[in-house]
Amino acid sequence: MRPARWFVLALVALAAACSQPAPQPKQVGSKDISPAYGDAIVEGTIGEASTLIPVLASDAASLAVAGQIYNGLVKYDKDLNIVGDLAESFDIARDGLTITFHLRRGVKWHDNAPFTARDVLYSYRVVIDPKTPTAYAEDFKQVKSITAPDDYTVRVTYGAPYAPALASWGAAILPAHLLEGQDITKSPLARKPVGTGPYRFKEWVAGQKVVLESNHDYFEGRPWIDRYIYRIIPDTSTMYMELKAGAVDLMNLTPVQFARQTTSTRFTARFNKYRYPSSGYVYMGYNLRHPLFTDKRVRQALTAAINKEELIHGVLFGMGQKAVGPIIPGRWAYNPHVKDIAYDPRHAAELLAQAGWREKNSDGILVKDGKPFSFTILTNQGNQQRLLTAQIVQQRLRFVGIDVRIRVVEWATFLKEFVDKGNFQVVMLGWNTSQDPDMYDIWHSSKTNPGELNFIGYKNAEVDRLLVEGRSTFDIEKRKKAYFRIQDILADEQPYTFLYVPDALPVVSSRIRGVKPAPAGIGYNQIHWYVPKAEQVY
Amino acid sequence: MATYLLKRILMLIPLMLGITLITFTVVHLAPGEPVEMQMAMNPKVGKEARERLRKFYGLDRPLHVQYADWVGKLVRLDLGRSFSPDNRPVTAKIRERLPITLSLNIIALLLEFGLAIPIGIMAATHRDTWLDKGITVFVFIGFAVPTFWLALLLMYLFGVKLGWLPISGLHTLGSDSYGIPRYLWDMAKHLVMPIMVASFGSLAGMSRYMRSSMLNVIGQDYITTARAKGLPERVVIYKHALRNALLPLITLAGFSIPGLIGGSVIFESIYSIPGMGQLFYQSVMSRDYPVVMGILIIGALLTLIGNLVADVCYALADPRIRHGGGAQ
Amino acid sequence: MIGPHSYIRAVFWPRLAGNRFAVAGGVVVLLLLVVSLIAPLIVPFSPNEINAWEVLAPPSLGHWFGTDDLGRDVFSRVVYGARISLLVGFVAAGIAVLIGTLIGLLAGFYGGWIDSLLMRVVDIMFCFPAFFLILAVITFLRPSIWYIMIIIGLTGWMGVARLVRAEVLSIREMDYIMAARCIGCSDRRLIFRHILPNAVSPALVAATLGIAGAILTESALSFLGIGVQPPTPSWGNILTSGKDYIEFAWWLSLFPGLAILVTVLAYNLLGEGVRDAMDPRVKQKR
Repeated sequence: MRPARWFVLALVALAAACSQPAPQPKQVGSKDISPAYGDAIVEGTIGEASTLIPVLASDAASLAVAGQIYNGLVKYDKDLNIVGDLAESFDIARDGLTITFHLRRGVKWHDNAPFTARDVLYSYRVVIDPKTPTAYAEDFKQVKSITAPDDYTVRVTYGAPYAPALASWGAAILPAHLLEGQDITKSPLARKPVGTGPYRFKEWVAGQKVVLESNHDYFEGRPWIDRYIYRIIPDTSTMYMELKAGAVDLMNLTPVQFARQTTSTRFTARFNKYRYPSSGYVYMGYNLRHPLFTDKRVRQALTAAINKEELIHGVLFGMGQKAVGPIIPGRWAYNPHVKDIAYDPRHAAELLAQAGWREKNSDGILVKDGKPFSFTILTNQGNQQRLLTAQIVQQRLRFVGIDVRIRVVEWATFLKEFVDKGNFQVVMLGWNTSQDPDMYDIWHSSKTNPGELNFIGYKNAEVDRLLVEGRSTFDIEKRKKAYFRIQDILADEQPYTFLYVPDALPVVSSRIRGVKPAPAGIGYNQIHWYVPKAEQVY
Repeated sequence: MATYLLKRILMLIPLMLGITLITFTVVHLAPGEPVEMQMAMNPKVGKEARERLRKFYGLDRPLHVQYADWVGKLVRLDLGRSFSPDNRPVTAKIRERLPITLSLNIIALLLEFGLAIPIGIMAATHRDTWLDKGITVFVFIGFAVPTFWLALLLMYLFGVKLGWLPISGLHTLGSDSYGIPRYLWDMAKHLVMPIMVASFGSLAGMSRYMRSSMLNVIGQDYITTARAKGLPERVVIYKHALRNALLPLITLAGFSIPGLIGGSVIFESIYSIPGMGQLFYQSVMSRDYPVVMGILIIGALLTLIGNLVADVCYALADPRIRHGGGAQ
Repeated sequence: MIGPHSYIRAVFWPRLAGNRFAVAGGVVVLLLLVVSLIAPLIVPFSPNEINAWEVLAPPSLGHWFGTDDLGRDVFSRVVYGARISLLVGFVAAGIAVLIGTLIGLLAGFYGGWIDSLLMRVVDIMFCFPAFFLILAVITFLRPSIWYIMIIIGLTGWMGVARLVRAEVLSIREMDYIMAARCIGCSDRRLIFRHILPNAVSPALVAATLGIAGAILTESALSFLGIGVQPPTPSWGNILTSGKDYIEFAWWLSLFPGLAILVTVLAYNLLGEGVRDAMDPRVKQKR
């Protein structure tokens, strides 16, 4: 959940099998390539940050910048273990209901005020304050009490075991001395943030760039690279040209760019490309309240009619993997034995026939009770991959006699008019998953009200029970069992057709050394990135 | 003259009212709400959170109350606060972006005049020759090519292939440390492509207008008289004809303002220029109503002012109006 | 006064035919109309036939214009795109001309407060950057091809209204209208039988230019993601889908780009030619 520092490219990673070997720093003659302070790194971003107070932000651009400036109490390390960040260490009571954080001493805010437990208490209070327009209150509502026995200890107690509890403390800690007693929505910190992180805020030129400077007093050591600059470039083609012209050092490539446009030796000499699975999956969700999709066999048939390999080949240029359930392959909660429904149009036709879709009309569309099998896939605007996917799906379903229309809707309208009101037949969307497998909000039957996330109306008593079981214990084996079973049930019931997990495809200028892809992606060790003196350009 | 000016300014009041009405209507056609944008697709967002946000932004009040409220504030030059999470005053957001768009468009307009006038004269004086025809095709190509395509092609050619010009933005990183001449030169290089693209498109309209205006004047009796008096052709054209042919162009300048501002959405997005067009597009996409309304109002206001200035210039230049005669 | 028909035969056509650009423009315009009418007969592939195993293939004998990012035949899509883009052009310009002519007629014919009111509305609409209005309204409603055509039309009628009004003002004072009025013609008959046919020429020119403008506006909207929605091909959205591959899959942007350029050019040259041919001032010169 948390806008973590290593979250640079908006897609967290899990290295695993298909990651490329880490490119070794190239030895150019006898040139000195040892670490040196200085230079700057320029990252291209499509959107401009909206606010640099992370509790108020939910857009990727804001969270990425804020992630460099703030810290949480805990963070994920390169292997995705939860380790202390602003907390030097933490103890979890045997019953799992109480977490005690021992805060680092001597940490200073960027304005030199000391960091203490008061900041933690404030950050908690502000996120659960009903007056704060935040999207992150849910996790913290589970907290029963929070106390600070002294300036460097914080004790949190939960009413019931809550598995995502520890991870939720990765949320950014805000400076109480600058915010307490103020209206956070009008705070100047939104434009001039003060944090504890490796980079401190320097300037924000509206619509152009946000400039951060390295924090020489950072508690994990001074970052090698002196400045971190986010350049706002709203058009994707422009950003790619800026990369080629050398004015952008770091961005995410599209699959086409990765596979076809960045293969020349001229390019690979100047840039290092990385590739690893992202933490999100793309799916087609069926509105289970709609009569077309109440029959399980119909949903299974739809899945069988879609060729996921084709999607991965055509849309992702092979850079992604099949999704069969809501857990990303490779995570501990991922069930490798889930029964997948393979691409098989004939099987699809049989299933449809069993469900009563036998006859076809003159257009070749299946008909039942005089009504043709026809529906609309809704998807959000501005996501080229999803749109291409929907179009391929449309053609595949046409082959088995299903008439599909596509409607692309701008995001705000999409949620308000369609998703929230249950006013859709099929949506094509993606979820970005957190490391913790808790997915109560997406699948529990109590979360089907307007505006909630189980908008397809999925109801299964066993899944409900397993979801609660899964998040109210800390026993990994017990959790695993619950989540494995959930995946089996979902694979059989197909409330979604899970499509694919795309790869994250970041590219970094080869002048920047020290980039080491790990399960957490590439951003986790940014303070150790450096540019050798001889190659510094800024 | 003073009464003329006063009359023109008084006429602006009903126009302004109409502008606010249309602006408000346009913005409230929308079914979606900004709150949704902020929540994004976040697995941890509760329903109460949304309701909380709705109240916070005052979206739960009836429309006419919102309108009255808005116009009331507008009169006091308060455009409200942005719906986006930064919650900043709309005036502040527009103020930091307006100068860029305005100066870009003024430069583009000047460039356009600088090119369109000689081109139009040339076309008119060489009427029906190959030169005239070549010019016609050239300026129309400028009009006919989709702006964003041209912009990308130029960017690829000059920015990536040849490396002569910077690709996007207004400054090179680190240009703050340059001396003033180098800083300005750097900025000028960044502006070459956007201005080229912005002015090429409307060159056709203006140069064709100049041409026909010139032809029109040349056909008039007094020019024939001047020629008959044996004045050299150059004097006839540049002294007698040009002055009168330029007059209608003044009005045209006023008219071309909305077109230029509208076009800025495209080239500001492509060239990453943090101007009003880019802000408008972003605000429309995120349903940031106060900003959308603010920019529509400001855009219309600029046009009003532009037209006013053009009219006054025209009145100054044209004796018929100066003496209270034939204004429509 | 020459009657409109004999004027057309005696002056308009010969003049138009003498303008080589206008003729070329006219030929292109006709050709495009024919192409879009017989599109299904000339395309080698269905424009929406996806082939995920052959994406972004360069032009070849099989695919004359190459394939796009879904492996669809670009040639077939450009040909079908002509239908959509021309439809957008015609309907949008049609709406603009219809509204503009009506308002111009009413304002010019009745004068007085009706005229003042309508002309203030024109002034107000003229103040807005039209593209801003289009962008906002289409995004707020939804980017469907019908909305796009209607909104472009609704924001483009003001020029026509002014032209028609001016024309009506001058016709209104002519002897034959006075005469018709004296013998007790109804207003409706006066407007539609006697004034409209004579005021229609500026509207026609405006329509021609309006078609070109609407095609360009659609392509700009497509660039911003709110033009004609896929899979329906329009030149604007084909061009947009090619913008990310300008250097390596040039075929995806070049062909729709050229199609827009040539078409808009043709309509403009034709429109100019028609205007010149109808302009009485030009006659004096020859």
